[in-house]
This record gives sequence, structure tokens and C-alpha cells, in this order.
Amino acid sequence: MSQTEKTLKPVSGFSAFVQNFGLPRLIIAGFLLLLFIAAPFVGSNFFTQLTNTINRFSWNAILVLSMVPMVHSGCGLNFGLPLGIVSGLLGATISMELGFTGGLSFLMAILIATPFALIFGYGYGHLLNRIKGGEMMIATYVGFSAVSFMCIAWLLLPYRSPNMVWGLSGKGLRTTITVEGYYDKILANFLKIEIGSFSIPVGTLLFFALLAFLMWAFLHTKAGTAMTAVGSNPTFARASGINVDKVRLQSVIMSTWLGAVGILVYQQGFGFIQLYMAPFYMALPAISAILIGGASVNKASITNVIIGTFLFQGIVTMTPTVMNNIIRMDMSEVIRVIVSQGMILYALTRKQGGSK
Amino acid sequence: MKKQSQASGAGAVARFLRQNSVPLMFIIICAVLIPISGFSAGYLINEIVTRMGRNIFLILSLLIPITAGMGLNFGMTLGAMAGEIALILVSDWQIWGIPGIVLAMIVSIPISVGLGLLCGKILNMAKGREMVTSYITSFFIGGVYMLVVLYMMGPIIPIAHSSIKLPRGYGIRNTVSLLSMRQSLDNLLAIRVLGVKIPTLTFLIIGLMCLGIVWFGKTKLGQDMRAVGQDIQVARDAGIDVERTRLISIIISTVLAGFGMIIYLQNMGNLSTYSSHTQIGMFCIAALLVGGASVEKASIGNVFLGVILFHLMFIVAPQAGAKITGDSMIGEYFRVFASYGVITIALIMYETRKRKAKLMAGRQLQLAQSEDVK
Amino acid sequence: MSNRVPLLQMKSISKDFFGNQVLSDISLTLDAGEVLGLVGENGAGKSTLMKILFGMDVIAQTGGYGGDILIGGEKVVFDSPFAALEAGIGMVHQEFSLIPGFTAAENILLNREPTNRQSVLSQVFSDRLSTLDRKKMDETAARAIEMVGVDISGSMLSSDMPIGIKQFTEIARELSKEQLKLLILDEPTAVLTEQEAETLLSSVRNMAARGIAVIFITHRLQEILDICDKVVVMRDGHVVKEVAAGEATIPDLARWMVGRTVESVQHQDRATAGSARTVMSIRNLWVDMPGEVVRNVSLDVREGEILGIGGLAGQGKLGIPNGIMGLYPAGGQVNFDGRDIPLNEPRKCLDAQLAFVSEDRRGVGLLLDESLEWNIAFPAMQIHDKFLKPLLGGLIKWRDDRAIKEVTLKYIDQLQIKCTGPRQKARELSGGNQQKVCLSKAFALEPKFLFVSEPTRGIDIGAKALVLDALKKFNRESGVTVVMISSELEELRQTCDRIAIISGGKVAGILPAAASSEEFGLLMVEQVR
Repeated sequence: MSQTEKTLKPVSGFSAFVQNFGLPRLIIAGFLLLLFIAAPFVGSNFFTQLTNTINRFSWNAILVLSMVPMVHSGCGLNFGLPLGIVSGLLGATISMELGFTGGLSFLMAILIATPFALIFGYGYGHLLNRIKGGEMMIATYVGFSAVSFMCIAWLLLPYRSPNMVWGLSGKGLRTTITVEGYYDKILANFLKIEIGSFSIPVGTLLFFALLAFLMWAFLHTKAGTAMTAVGSNPTFARASGINVDKVRLQSVIMSTWLGAVGILVYQQGFGFIQLYMAPFYMALPAISAILIGGASVNKASITNVIIGTFLFQGIVTMTPTVMNNIIRMDMSEVIRVIVSQGMILYALTRKQGGSK
Repeated sequence: MKKQSQASGAGAVARFLRQNSVPLMFIIICAVLIPISGFSAGYLINEIVTRMGRNIFLILSLLIPITAGMGLNFGMTLGAMAGEIALILVSDWQIWGIPGIVLAMIVSIPISVGLGLLCGKILNMAKGREMVTSYITSFFIGGVYMLVVLYMMGPIIPIAHSSIKLPRGYGIRNTVSLLSMRQSLDNLLAIRVLGVKIPTLTFLIIGLMCLGIVWFGKTKLGQDMRAVGQDIQVARDAGIDVERTRLISIIISTVLAGFGMIIYLQNMGNLSTYSSHTQIGMFCIAALLVGGASVEKASIGNVFLGVILFHLMFIVAPQAGAKITGDSMIGEYFRVFASYGVITIALIMYETRKRKAKLMAGRQLQLAQSEDVK
Repeated sequence: MSNRVPLLQMKSISKDFFGNQVLSDISLTLDAGEVLGLVGENGAGKSTLMKILFGMDVIAQTGGYGGDILIGGEKVVFDSPFAALEAGIGMVHQEFSLIPGFTAAENILLNREPTNRQSVLSQVFSDRLSTLDRKKMDETAARAIEMVGVDISGSMLSSDMPIGIKQFTEIARELSKEQLKLLILDEPTAVLTEQEAETLLSSVRNMAARGIAVIFITHRLQEILDICDKVVVMRDGHVVKEVAAGEATIPDLARWMVGRTVESVQHQDRATAGSARTVMSIRNLWVDMPGEVVRNVSLDVREGEILGIGGLAGQGKLGIPNGIMGLYPAGGQVNFDGRDIPLNEPRKCLDAQLAFVSEDRRGVGLLLDESLEWNIAFPAMQIHDKFLKPLLGGLIKWRDDRAIKEVTLKYIDQLQIKCTGPRQKARELSGGNQQKVCLSKAFALEPKFLFVSEPTRGIDIGAKALVLDALKKFNRESGVTVVMISSELEELRQTCDRIAIISGGKVAGILPAAASSEEFGLLMVEQVR
């Protein structure tokens, strides 16, 4: 009865645009635009706002990028991002413990985080292959378990560096560790452009661009094409001789590694390493960002990452100042929660085309 | 079929161990940690009885959606929020004691029904991934809750007393004291047995609730929910209104969670306006799973066993951790890890079992055919 | 007898799916207590007819039907199965609809459970809050089970039931409905052992004696002759024969089922079709493909020929290519071109230059959400490293989008694929054009050997001819051996050199395309199980 299925015809005009783009995305984009327009009238500097937005974009973009491989291979949104973040944290703390400083400490953090990301990603990928169809919920709880397990580890691991451990007892890592003297703004200050109150962290953006380019390039190779096909229709891929489990495993490892690098880049911009429960809810903003950018549960592109991160971070930075000035209430937290969770909810309740 | 009946005693033991691995694991954990923690039996029993009264009703609210095949209802948080809103209002109206609690329950019903309706509708749109959706829904409604409590209470919803309002004139304080109704349920008719205070009325309510759930299972609606839970398509073909049945199960669960939250908070004696509900879903679900429930099957027995084991672990872990390592935080983190770990394990077992069932069917056919070929 | 109004009358029923005529001018009558056997090849229109009678949603969704249905002399139009149930029509489908964790009694009375007297709650809220009357449930179920004439415990869980018992439970469910006047049984014996089938037949006789009319659909022709009062044979959406069961024999039925105006068809007449060399030999193949189980197939395929594989649905013909190509668990030996092909590894088959066009276009055959370019080029890219540009000395295999576009345009042109361009999504094409894309995909692999499964299923006549021609051309011009699996015997006879008929998961026989309809028909029904 396959021919009875009605052929999808493109709908014309504005409604088609809304349909393709999604009403929630349109509202969010419109809201941000309004904030930018309103900013000068309520006395906040447009350029400061833009600088903040771009800065936050540069911190977060790689975390959002880490969603892409798993979405492509059909593993769904990476609710298990905390696993990658934990690898990054291990890299950061071990690099500092070993006494590396400056740019070298950043490089070493990435290098040390890599084997952890590969191992965690490997185990996590195998797990996800065993539970196809239930990835997202389990990923969430794998992330939570990993974070809470690491809470114990941060206390017990034999860290000694006085910059990181509690001053009194001399053991156990602190909840926040400054990266000053290590890799604070190491990318941001590279080739930094500053014009008055307007500044662009060119180095960080370049680093993101490099990774995004590599991601884009990978998706244009034979292996990348196979990954997209696995996500689009795993049975088709299998019938075409692809080892579906292996491809999914690759994607999970890639996502986990990008998550590890992402948190390191975030730290160099933010200036602090946040341990213990901090990585807990870090997956959700990244997920909603890529969804706001136009991705769905099984389709995502680099463009989605860029647009989504910009929109999401724009709202996060603009609402406290602009909204405060307009209605004299700090509603930023509420708006952030409703926008981000609402976006995820919207994506989850969409009817899926294709294999899912 | 034959193979099963021929299973030897050893096989039966192995099966029992496998099926009850999670409760057994927690029994072992508790057995190790209790002596280390050094708590007296009297103290532990007292604590456990208190926590049973506090938590069981909340956990009972999870049972019905499981029957209806919607998995662990992470959306029970919605009911908890409804209960909190009702308590805030009732304490502002200054109605004390038992009447206050009863009124709060009544006020919570329309809010819970509304939220349950919304949640149920959303879940009907996301069949097959109810759990992750209900989980995100609870966050989303959490945002709305904040909007209501932090901004609308005061200017839009009248709040008279400044004792619960933030100094800025609108929004509710971080903690709302429920001293006026603190443990009024628990204390009424309470008896002491060997130094252990037993909140008789609360237990009576819980007992009634259990009877209610058993009765519900015997009704037509309960039967329909079981049918929908096991096979949506067959149930639909038989003329059962699947969507409506699922919706009702979520609404009932939300309303019960609202009551449960009120019972929970009257025991605690104060309400952390913005954080009481955030973890409650996770702890209830973890406790239920520790009691041996799974994503598709849970009983009242699981609830009771779960509360006892989970909270025993919860009480002794920090102390035991401190004794072992000299750092009380270790125990704190351990119990958080154990909660998340048990949920993770239950979810993984649920998914692998689903897959194994499929593989088994295939393997049986294969066997029959290879015999046929020979 | 003659002055009585028949229980069921169907008058010149017709039905088309979007211009594709599947039923025309079907008329039949059925009296109370009569058993009517309905036979025909798959696709003859039996199930569509039953769907119309049972008021299934698909019928209304696809534009309704023509003609009238009369029950007890009154015209009825069922807008849902529930309306049909109301009017006393029951149907036991091929797929079981039992709740696994429910007992036989609970399943028999699913959603029709008797309830206790109404309580306060049920009056305030809804009837659904009345408790179930377990005792009455057990009694009713036991009565229904007794009517079926088997021994089933009412408290047995349906997940513990052997397949036969499940079937009987479903029948008991229908019999427990007091208003039941007409029962449709769709291949009820297909899953039963011989003894169980015997029990079923005798219970059908009992029902008839009690005045219930039965429509009995089966491929086991002996059963028809055993229990039916009359037989209706359908073919291509027409009733070709209606006779009293006593006046027909199995060869008659088989001939009526498959026989067409054969003389008008042009057969393959290549005396030299295929060389004598065997290119693929299959030995003792079994395949676990649900619904298409292959039990023990041994078959030789000659180099350069087009071999047809036919047979009734569910007999295992589809399992053969799916098993060999590694999509379903399989065992046995397959030797291709002198080398053994390992089973259960799709990659190895593709490496050996076998290709497969699946019958499940949307599930297996296509990336629905990707462009035609990707669909056509993907397997060739992954298997033979085609359409790739080596970068950095071969370290990186870059996708060559231009080469992909070229090959896509070539096939769009060659197979006349109707589309807006090579970048259109596969989902947006019609069934026939999707099938052409699947063929292009296989052609792009440049295989030595091609399995094509149900190449014309669900596509219109114009596209059918084109697809079959393309296959023939591919076979002739590239010398590729083709094995074509199809439910449509006529199509096989037009295209293939030899035709193997699969029945009961085994090869029932191999005939030249020119053999008579009766011969084919007999092979098809011979070992049906």
C-alpha cells in the first residue's frame, strides 16, 4: 500500500516558511531581534551587548557542536554530554596538577582529556548500541551517574596542587578552580580585536571554526556519508554493507571528545573550572541551542550549531539587562528555562519522518 | 514451556537472584554500612518510620502510569508543584493544622488536573519516548512555576502576608514556614511503641490509598489501563480509547503526587519554594526501583520495600562515609550516585530486556528450523 | 429456502485505490449456517473485500467503495469495525490481537468485561469505575471456549500460549459475542498443526450447525473441499468461479486461481536462455524471516538467466534473497562463482558483487529523507569506493558530488525517473519512481548477480512495464544473472526463463515459463503450511 501514502507537496508562501522553520524558532528569533532593538532605548550599550553575546557564543559553540555526530548517526540528542565534560575536567585538572602553565597547559589538557574521552565514549557507545531506541533517557542518567561518581572521585583522587585543593585539609579539589596563570583567555586573547567597548575573541572563534570545518569535512568523506546514512535509515545502511554499530560507536566517541574539548574552551573563556555538580545540567542548554538553530532529533548541520548558539546565547545575555530595564524585574532565569526546555519539548513531540 | 517447568532448584535460585538483583544489592550495601555508621537500631527505626510516612504516598503516585505503559512518570514533579502552590496559598490564608492540610489538598486538585492534562496531552504526542518527554516537561513546567511564584504571586495572585513575600513586594520567599501545620497529620492519633513514634493517621491514609489502588486495579478502567500498557494497538482495536485512558492515568498520578507532596511537606515543616520539587521525582523513582520495580512493572510491595531500603541507605551513607574516609561529603555524594546509578541500571535493564525478547523469538524459530533441515 | 432473505448479500462491489482498480463487480450471497470458502492468489482482492465487509478504516480513507452490502436484506454501510461488530460480523485476523499479560478469559472479554452493580463512584464519574465481575467473566469465557471445542484454561496467560491456542482464543472471543451472525476467518489454519487444524474445522462445522455463517479464507484447498458448502474463487479483483464445494476438485480450484487468458501473453522464448554453467548454488538454506520462513531450499541458478521465484505470500519466497543477502538470520550453504558466500554478513555478499533490490522499498531500499543522488550512489560509494576523490594521497576519501550528480542524471534519464532534479528527496517520489531509484542503486553497483524482490509491488502499470523492461535490458546487455521474486505469476512468466515455485518454505518445483497455469497452481498449493 506504499503508493497510498500521499506525496508531500511543498506548501507555498509564508505558512511554508513557518512550517519549515518552526514557529518556536521564529518566536525566539523575533524575541532576540526585539531585544537588540530595545537595547539602546533602555540605555544599555548595543556594542557591549553584542560583545557579550559573541563572547558567550565563543565559549559554548563547541559544546553545541558536540551534538552533531550523534544526531547524524541516529543516536539522538546527546543527553550524555556530561560524560564528555567529565573527560575534559580530568584533562584540565591533571594538566594543572602536572604543573603545566600558560598555553602549554591548555594543549596538555586537551591531550590528557583525549584518552579519557575515547575510553568513556567507547564504553558509552557500546552501551547505546545495546539499547537502541531508548538512547536519550539512558544517556541522561548515564551522564548524571558519571557526574555524581566523579564527585566522589574529585574528593578522593590524590591531587596535591595548592591551586586546586581545599586550603585547610590540603586534599580534595575545590568546587571552583581559577585557570588564571594556566590557560585563562588563552584563545580569546589570540588576535583579539578591540574597538572601544566592542571586542571579538578571534582566537576562540578561529578554534571553533577549525573544529567546525573538520566536522563539516568529515561529513563529506566516505565515513561521514555512512554516518549520515546510518542516522537516516539504519536498515538501508546495513543492507548497503555498513556496520551500523561501529558507525554509531564512532559518532559517540566523536561527540564525547568534542564535549571534552568544548568544556576546556568554555573554561578558558569563563576563567574557572567548575567541578562537582556543575556539569550536571550542562547538556540541556547545548541541546536546546542546537534545536533552536533548526536541528531536529535526527538532523543537524553546522549552520544549525552556529545560528542556534548565537540565538540562545543572545537571549541568555540580553534578557537580564534589557528585560530588567524594561519591566524592572529580573526574569532572565525564567525566560531561559522556558525557552530552552520548551524548545526541547517541541522537538520531542514532533512526528518523526523516516526511520525513527 | 517445558524447559521452564524442568528448571532445577539451582536455576530457580539463580532466577530469583537475577530478578531481585537491585533490592539484594541495596540490602548488602545497607548491611555493610549500618554497622560502620554506628547508628542505634532505635534511631534507625524511628527515622525509617518517619520517612515512610513522609514519602510513601508520593511514591504510590508513580504506580498507575507504569500500569498504563507510560513508564516512570518523571512528570510527577508537576503534581508536587501543584501541592506547593496550594500550600503557599493556604498558609497565606492562615488556615492552620488539619483544616489547612485538607484545604491545601482541595486547592491542589484543580491545579494538578490542569497540569496533568497538559502533561498527558504532551505525552500522547510523544509515544515511545514518554520518559524523556515527561522529564523535560517537568523542567519546562518548573520554569512556568517560577514565573508564577516569583513574579505573579503578589501583583496578580493576591498574597496578603509579608512574612512569605520577598522584601521587594512580590514573589515568594525562598522558604515558607509551615510551622502552623507541621506534622499535624502525623501527630494526630500518633502512638509510641517502644520509643518509636508511629504517625497513625498518616499510615491510615497510606493504607487507604493502597486499598484504593488495589480497588482501582479491579475496575474496568484499571483493566483498560493494563491493556493499553501492554499493547496499544490491540487495545485500540478492541475499542478502548487509548489516548483518553493514558491521559486519565497521568492526571490521577499528578493529583496523587500533589497530595503526596502536601503530606511530605507537612512532615518537613517548611517549604523550600524553589527547590523542594526539583529532586523529589528523582528520589521517588529511585526508591521505587530500589524496591525491585521496573519500568513496566511495579507493585505496592515494591514501594514499601523501596522506601525502607533506599532511605536506610540514605541515612547511613554520609555517616558511614565519614567514618571510613573522614569526609562526610563522600557519603553525601555516594547516596546521590547510588540514586542515579539505580535509575540508570533500571533503564538499561528495561531496554535490553525489550531487545532480548525479540532475539529470543528469533532464536526459537532458528532452532526449530535447523532441526527441520536435519 | 428460496423465499428466505439471505444473511449477507454483496452486490456488485467495486473498489479502487487511487485509480488502481482492485475489485470490480463482486457479488456474493451467504445464508445463515452456510460456510463459504474464499480462495485466490495473493493480490486477488480477498482481503480488500473482507476489509470492506468489516468496515476497516483504510477503505473509507481511500475513497470508500462501490456497490451495496445487505445484511438480512437491509442495506448497511459500516464506517468502522465497531459498526460491523455491532451488526454481528466477527473477524479473526492473521495477526493475533491478544494482550500478552492477560489470561484467556480477560482476552476473550477484552473491553467487553461484565461489571458489578454500580457503585457511588461509578455513578458520579463514569462506568469505567465499576469493578469487574470476575466470576461472570470466567463463566462467559468458559462457555465461549467450550463452543470452540478445545480445552483452554481460562486463567492461562496469552504470553504462555502456543500459537494454536492463541488462534482458538481469538475465535472464542468472536463466539462470545452474542450478536455474532457471520464470522470471517482469514487463513486460520496457517499457523496450526494438522491436529489443531482438524479441531478448528470441526468447530467451524459446529458453528455452522448453530446457524452462524462463516467465510473461510485459506490456501489449503483440501480444507475448502472438506468443510465448505460453496467456494468462491477470486482472481485479479473478479469472481471467476462460484461453485458448490462438492462439484470442484483441487486441480480445478488451482487452475481457476492462477489461470488467465494465458494464450495472449508473450512468453520468454529464449531457447539458449542462460548457459549450462551454474553461477550460484544454494544448498539447504534456512532463513528466519518472520512471515516468510525458508525451511530447506536447494536451488541452482544458471549464469546469465533470469530466474523467477514465485509462490503464495508467506510461503518463504521473500526469505530467500533476504537470507542470502544477510538481512535476516540464515543458515546453509551458498556458493557463488566457485566461492562460498558467508551468510549473515551483508558486506561479504556485496563485496562478491551480488546486489539486492528489496521488496521493502521504504524500510530497506531507500534513504527517504535524503536526495536521489545519495540514494543511488551510496552503496557503490561504500562498497566499491566509487564517486570518491582521494585527498592527501588517499588518506581522505572525499565525496565527489559532481560524479554523483552525473551518475544520478544518467539513471534519471535512462529509467525515466520523474523528479524535480537529482537533489529531490526520495520520500517525495511516487512508488513507481522510488522503485526506479532502487533499481538505479543496484545498477550503480555494477553487480554480477542481482536479486530483485517484488519489483512491481504497489506501482502503476506504466511504471511496471518500464521496470520489467529495464531489468530485462540489464540482463541482456550486461550479462547479469537476475533472480526475480514476485507474487505475480504472470509477471514472472513474461520476464523469466525458468520459474521456481516456493511452497511451505521449500522449492515445490521448477518449471519453464511456458508451462501451463494449472501446473503452476498445483505447485503453489501443494505443500502449503
